[in-house]
Amino acid sequence: MSRIEKISGKLTRKFKNNKVLSHFYALFDAIDKFLLTPDSTTLRGSHIRDSVDVKRLMTTVMIALTPSLLFGFWNTGHQHFLSYGTQATFWKCFGFGFLKWLPVVLVTYISGLTVEVFFAQIRKEEVAEGFFVTGMLIPMILPPEIPLWTVAAATIFATLFAKEVFGGTGYNFLNPALVARAFIFFAFPSVISGDSIWIADKADAFTGATPLANVALGDISSLPSVKDMFLGTIPGCLGETSTLAILIGAALLIVTDVASWRIILSVVIGGLAAGFTFNLIGTSPAMSIPPYYHLFMGGFMFGAVFMATDPVTSPHTNIGKIIYGLLIGILTVVIRVCNKGYAEGMMLSILLMNVFTPLIDYLSIQYNINKRAGRQNSAKSNNNPR
Amino acid sequence: MQLKKYLGPLNKENPILVQVLGVCSALAVTAQMKPAVVMGISVAVVCGFSNLILSLLRNTIPPRIRIIVQLVIVAALVIIVDQFLQAYFYDISKMLSVFVSLIITNCIVMGRIEAFALSHKPIPSFIDGLANGIGYGLVLLIVSFFRELLGAGTLWNCQVIPESFYSNGYLNNGLMVLPPMALIIIGVIIWIQRSAHKELQEE
Repeated sequence: MSRIEKISGKLTRKFKNNKVLSHFYALFDAIDKFLLTPDSTTLRGSHIRDSVDVKRLMTTVMIALTPSLLFGFWNTGHQHFLSYGTQATFWKCFGFGFLKWLPVVLVTYISGLTVEVFFAQIRKEEVAEGFFVTGMLIPMILPPEIPLWTVAAATIFATLFAKEVFGGTGYNFLNPALVARAFIFFAFPSVISGDSIWIADKADAFTGATPLANVALGDISSLPSVKDMFLGTIPGCLGETSTLAILIGAALLIVTDVASWRIILSVVIGGLAAGFTFNLIGTSPAMSIPPYYHLFMGGFMFGAVFMATDPVTSPHTNIGKIIYGLLIGILTVVIRVCNKGYAEGMMLSILLMNVFTPLIDYLSIQYNINKRAGRQNSAKSNNNPR
Repeated sequence: MQLKKYLGPLNKENPILVQVLGVCSALAVTAQMKPAVVMGISVAVVCGFSNLILSLLRNTIPPRIRIIVQLVIVAALVIIVDQFLQAYFYDISKMLSVFVSLIITNCIVMGRIEAFALSHKPIPSFIDGLANGIGYGLVLLIVSFFRELLGAGTLWNCQVIPESFYSNGYLNNGLMVLPPMALIIIGVIIWIQRSAHKELQEE
């Protein structure tokens, strides 16, 4: 180990001092810090000795994503073979899905990290760890058949305009992965909406509509069973279909305190409440589906667990987290039920609430300040009765 | 006459990029190049002539009613331009719809009258108005170039992206047709301009 560190130290000096190589210092530094523990520490300020750093947080999220990812591989293959009316073995399905996913994730990482390294080099900063999770999330919220060049365009757009122009990791006010999806959604709607794109290499005769598309059409009799939707054997984006796999990840995130349980829970409650209110109105078929269906369809749970809880773009105050979560849940169901054009509302409602996050934080802090000031005043007046 | 003094609006004193005026219409009319160029010319004409006329009248207008006089003159010029477009370029005038009439509310026109024409001689005022209009048109031209190229695959209504691209899976970028992308393109132009001219950067 000490020999490897010696080599790394030698290379660091070489990259820093050499004229040609110094242009690639940011790239080298990123790889070096990713593989080895950095030997530098913060120079000033108080230190909390804790092993939880950004790298550890990101690794935890990656592990929490694994169940959904593995299930996504299998389901992509399963849906493909199902559309032809055949049943394939587990490994055949799994391999098919993996091969569909691999090019997308490679394109995402290469295009996104190129932008990140480029900016780190210009700013003479280190490449931040933030993109590792973003790059993992982007393929999981896209349909399996997505054209690779649109993925590259969207990733570059999102990294550049949602993150780097605001100062990089930690300064973005929108979730970069969702911006990438929103870019594809608005720029190239034909590759991310409709019935034909949710199953890879689908047989033409098979409809392949997602449950949400059925709801948007008002065709609620052909929804899959609750068990299928919960387990995730339905067409959809790679990572979003299985509520069960997402819940396993959510448990890990909550136990390790990486994601806020307040946000996850309030998104769910908001969604259920809106679904229940629509049931009471119940004038269209989309309004009358049971509220809990919304949790299992589309990207609701994936968004609630992995997107809404992004520590950078969600509120920091506890009251704020609850308001933010409730509004995401309510807006999602409102968009799903009321807007026939957008079958899925999760992406748009999270992005919208991301924008309101600073306002929510500001108001909840002001509320607290006012409450304490009021308490202090009343205490004062009690102490000195005149 | 120092011509250089009047070329400021084309770059370092650009009404859209530096003064951030007239952004609304710049977002609305730049989906295609043809209407954008016509809009740029219209604004340049209105801005130039309103500056000229108000500079000629500047010593006769009582300051307290100057805004209403300015409005009347600008409105008259805008109506002339609008009627001219409807008579000779009907299709483009249809495309521009209400935005030609809204030149009246364009901050650049009123801004130049207040800031320049009321305190300068007619000929410099005319050149100043024209230069500001052209500076505005220039940004419109750049924005509409990218929006039309990526959003529709055409330039000046001619197909420039070959058919073979489309058959290989290339798609027009639907976001380019929507106004938000125009705002982002203007942002990028501002970014590039300020990187090139350090003195424009704010703290």
